[in-house]
Amino acid sequence: MLMKRAMSNGRKSFLYLTFAGPAMLFFFLVVIVPLVYGVYLTFTDWDGLSSNINYVGFSNYIEALKDKAFLDSLLLTLEYVFLSVISVNIIAFGLAYLLTSGIKGQNFLRAGFFAPNLIGGLILGYIWQFVFSRVLVGLYDYIPLGIFQKSWLSSPNTAFAALIIVTAWQYSGYMLIIYISGFVGIPKDLIEAAKIDGANEGKVTRHIRLPLMVPSFVICLFLSITRTFKVYDLNLSLTGGGPYDSTKLAAMHIYTKAFENYKYGTGQAEALILFLVMAIISLTQTYMGKKREVEM
Amino acid sequence: MKNPAAVGGVGNKLILIVKTTFVALLLVVYMVPFLLVLINSLKRKISIVKFPLQLLDEAGLQWVNYQNAIKEMFFVRSFGNSLFITIISVLILVVFSAMAAYIFVRTDWPVCKASFSIMIASMIVPFQVVMIPLVYIYGAQLGMLNSRMTLILMNFGFGASMCTFMCHGFIKSSIPIALEEAARIDGCSDHETFFMIVFPLMKPIISTIVILEVLGLWNDFLLPSLVLGKKELYTLPLAIRTFYGTFTNDYGNIMAGLVLSVIPVFIVYIFFQKYIIGGVVAGAVKS
Repeated sequence: MLMKRAMSNGRKSFLYLTFAGPAMLFFFLVVIVPLVYGVYLTFTDWDGLSSNINYVGFSNYIEALKDKAFLDSLLLTLEYVFLSVISVNIIAFGLAYLLTSGIKGQNFLRAGFFAPNLIGGLILGYIWQFVFSRVLVGLYDYIPLGIFQKSWLSSPNTAFAALIIVTAWQYSGYMLIIYISGFVGIPKDLIEAAKIDGANEGKVTRHIRLPLMVPSFVICLFLSITRTFKVYDLNLSLTGGGPYDSTKLAAMHIYTKAFENYKYGTGQAEALILFLVMAIISLTQTYMGKKREVEM
Repeated sequence: MKNPAAVGGVGNKLILIVKTTFVALLLVVYMVPFLLVLINSLKRKISIVKFPLQLLDEAGLQWVNYQNAIKEMFFVRSFGNSLFITIISVLILVVFSAMAAYIFVRTDWPVCKASFSIMIASMIVPFQVVMIPLVYIYGAQLGMLNSRMTLILMNFGFGASMCTFMCHGFIKSSIPIALEEAARIDGCSDHETFFMIVFPLMKPIISTIVILEVLGLWNDFLLPSLVLGKKELYTLPLAIRTFYGTFTNDYGNIMAGLVLSVIPVFIVYIFFQKYIIGGVVAGAVKS
């Protein structure tokens, strides 16, 4: 109704300020101002304490790109994102398929698988730290296998695997419910028509369900990519970046760089690089996925 | 869910039983970490370390672990802090985001279009990108950290774009403009129209937002850890972290502390399960 009336600029400003003012003000104060200021910080040598800040040109970016620990953490993050996203989505899709294939207690099971997502990454990490460092080792008494001999968190490869396992465990339950709503949204008559035409279960999935579920895939891939890129809590509580910084993901590296080593400029430059990599990957994925969506 | 294949007969029924058993077993596996923490929270340190898989401690149930955990992680205080910060943040967030979304949908003023576009574009920016300057500006320069109100207002600022976006979509598709015209004719001002007609109709989207934001803010760790440095302001995740740091080897206490932070959420979940899952689906599809 606001739209159609002619009104004075003063009246417009009043309405804008009273309706959108508070949200815009705080959005600007905590998102836009720091974002812009952050870009400025990357061109300075501020150490968090001294009051004189010097302009240093691109040296923070050069330092970031020369920082081997940062590049390692970035590569590790890419590897972590890739493996986590694949396992999360395969498990979630498979489970959603099973859950919507007519089994009893679908709602109860769905609610159960979702449960880990109610708890923050920090606490989930502590819970699994106990499982990996104590319970699996205790299992060795019953099942004397090499993998149970020592704590998974004490060597780099198994600690990294532990991170992926916990991520897959947590997010598969989240993506599961999005895939279920995708499966439920497929019109029954389409599937029945295909079956009458002689398509078996596999063909129905391949040629009807999968193409119609592209929107679900786009959402789930976007969510799992952006969330795993930013992971910090879980990393902190499960492995703490150890052993010997071997599982330190990019977000944690940036945190340490800025708040423990007081290299704010370089840390901020590294944060911007991480953002750029994440944005390119997640937007490409969304763009490619949207192109595959089929019209109904 | 009706299953079209179920009419097939005994063979299909068998497959169904196998499927159900498989999924049910998998769910048990998914729950194992929680169960392990729960059983070990009632054992002594020695029996946790030696026999983490044993159900009970021969010395009986160790409720003392819970007493220690409640005391040492200042459970009541940190629970109260978490509750206060979450509730106030969500209230502010919901009301002001809905108001902003309303004017963005109902006018074609350039300032509204620009505001909304900036909000949408900013949604992809991860917290890590603004974290360092945020601490610099509000900590080093303005000294506004160590306050619950600062955290609440920051939660508001960070959540605003997502909430405005969700409300925007809802108002555009589901609130008939004719109602507002009628209210106008009956003499309502713009603000009255919003609060008396539009806002009450936004219940479905508001409940989705409340669910998503409560989950996110209750569990948030990174932002509170940067803002709240004083122990008496700690939220539950911060308290657990400190508690864990001090009692690293005291497994009994740690397990009890973890159970204490998980249980309240699960109790709420049992009652609102349907709405929570519905809210997450609705939120995901809209974003």
